[in-house]
Amino acid sequence: MTDTDPVRLYRTVRLIRRFEERAVELVHGGQIVGGIHPYLGQEGIAAGVCAALGADDVLAGTHRGHGHVLARGADPARMLAELCGRVTGLNAGRGGSMHAADLSIGVLGANAIVGASGAIITGAVWAYRRRGRDTVGVSFFGDGAVNEGMLLEAFNLAALWRVPVLFVCENNGYATTMPVAGAVAGSIAGRAAAFDIPAVDVDGQDPEAVRVAASAAVDRMRAGGGPELIEARTHRFDAHHTFEHAVRLDYRPPDEVTRARARDPVRIQGERLTDTDRAAVDAEVEQTLDAAVRFALNSPEPDPADALRHLYASGLTARTGGG
Amino acid sequence: MPRLSYRRALTRALADELARDEAVFLLGEDIQVGASLVTTGLAKRFGTERIRDTPLSEQAFTSFATGAALAGLRPVIEFQIPSLLFLVFEQIVNHAHKFPLMTGGQCAVPVTYLVPGSGSRTGWAGQHSDHPYSLFAHAGVVTVVPATPADAYGLLVTAVRHDDPVVVFAPAGAMDVRDDVDELAPVPLGRGRIHRNGCDVTVVAIGHLVHDALAVAEELADQISVEVFDPRTLYPFDIGGLTESVARTGRLVVLDDANRSCGMAAEIIASVVERVRLLAPPRRVTRPDGAVLPFAPALDRAVQPGREQLVTAIHLTMKDTS
Repeated sequence: MTDTDPVRLYRTVRLIRRFEERAVELVHGGQIVGGIHPYLGQEGIAAGVCAALGADDVLAGTHRGHGHVLARGADPARMLAELCGRVTGLNAGRGGSMHAADLSIGVLGANAIVGASGAIITGAVWAYRRRGRDTVGVSFFGDGAVNEGMLLEAFNLAALWRVPVLFVCENNGYATTMPVAGAVAGSIAGRAAAFDIPAVDVDGQDPEAVRVAASAAVDRMRAGGGPELIEARTHRFDAHHTFEHAVRLDYRPPDEVTRARARDPVRIQGERLTDTDRAAVDAEVEQTLDAAVRFALNSPEPDPADALRHLYASGLTARTGGG
Repeated sequence: MPRLSYRRALTRALADELARDEAVFLLGEDIQVGASLVTTGLAKRFGTERIRDTPLSEQAFTSFATGAALAGLRPVIEFQIPSLLFLVFEQIVNHAHKFPLMTGGQCAVPVTYLVPGSGSRTGWAGQHSDHPYSLFAHAGVVTVVPATPADAYGLLVTAVRHDDPVVVFAPAGAMDVRDDVDELAPVPLGRGRIHRNGCDVTVVAIGHLVHDALAVAEELADQISVEVFDPRTLYPFDIGGLTESVARTGRLVVLDDANRSCGMAAEIIASVVERVRLLAPPRRVTRPDGAVLPFAPALDRAVQPGREQLVTAIHLTMKDTS
């Protein structure tokens, strides 16, 4: 089921990269209000993991979640419209950057509460399998999440009930500004070992390496294995949040990002393509994103009278706040 | 007429919904043996796949239920201690409740959170005796507090079939109430029930306190005509039904076994006075501000709203009438 085509893998990392760069521009231009948590530098993880998934599989991501949603195949135009708060967005302008979701392709939501995706995806996969589907799930989270009790409880449930969930820790070295060395006692793989969950360490800057590791894990899980964990070591090329530049936080050695950029997942995967193929993908991605930006900015704003539409799936309506 | 206890009514509702709909399953601590006596016999009848004992991982299994609901199932979680809701407030309010809006209507999260034994169970002290329903009503989560066996059955059935998260508080003080039950049927959300008609004052009582309010109404019957209104669901609240009642009586007293400040009693009074000109200032009988239930039985009782306080409040509101 794994998509082994290096061109498509490159297209995914390139798409995420350029999407993020365009989104940052839109933040600085004021078209995206509230800012974003850029996934720049981490593209290889979402791309590699999602290449290993089948149509029936599901995932849940994080506040730094654009890459997960795009890698799963969401429409970049509707995704960008969501970031711009337009009715045409994936979530009709109700979710924004941190909650982008597309349930039609198994993206059960980006969750802004650190560590929250693990238990949700475990329950969803368990339920889909009970209903006869051959679903496996992916829970993406950062290194900060391994200190959240809720996630460790989810490890226990998934292992105990043998729910095929791939726990993907995107270790970018920082929980906002807290370095991983100052936050994680023991090791991330050790957390998994405590629950008898197999763990592998992978170079998150190499999309192909991530794909190979994820594919092996997904195959084992689908063959009846329980959960597994991948720790993908990566770098965040930009700030924790676009707001960070405005407040000038100082917590990284000045040359750290420069050194990290030497291991750029887009370049690493791009070098596996012929120049012609790479140029064709680059041009196609650029067209896609030009169209996405036009679509997002030309889409209508939501009607304020509908602000609480969708609050209740049951159709219950809330009393208004005024008068 | 068959006699049915409140506790058995909950069991019957769960069994009927499990039998009716394959998507329903139960999740909780010690539910296979039925430690709370509510799930007794269900594991034997429906199997341990659908009556799932969980490890002590409240936050994870609450979110597990959210995920299962996103995948099309209808989980019911039993919490044996009301204060556990403080632990999973985040999972219910910040995730399950928010998902439909945050996804722009892409999903429903039909989870039922059942709390049998809410409130004081006498002798269980500070961390086992809260009644945190107003927190959920404030957050906009459907919040149900049945008072009678028939309503316990009917509201739990409705909760399981409802497409949004619902918290069902079954007060410890009501669990042993028995009633003659002719017919068991779903009870709609947001519709209160007048247990006793009266024309001088409307007493709103929540959960087990309905029975205290009825006893007080009976006791005062030859002096004051008390109408007893049971909202049954705190969110959505039957403000229309209560407004009609208070428009007839002109006086309002609320009896609420939760802390005073920012509690349901305050909300009920505010909602009524926005709509009705009262003959006298409304009154509320509640636990004290910020109360923590002390252990010793006499202290525990002293903190809970009692019948004497209700009698006093009713007399005061009659006397205050200008």
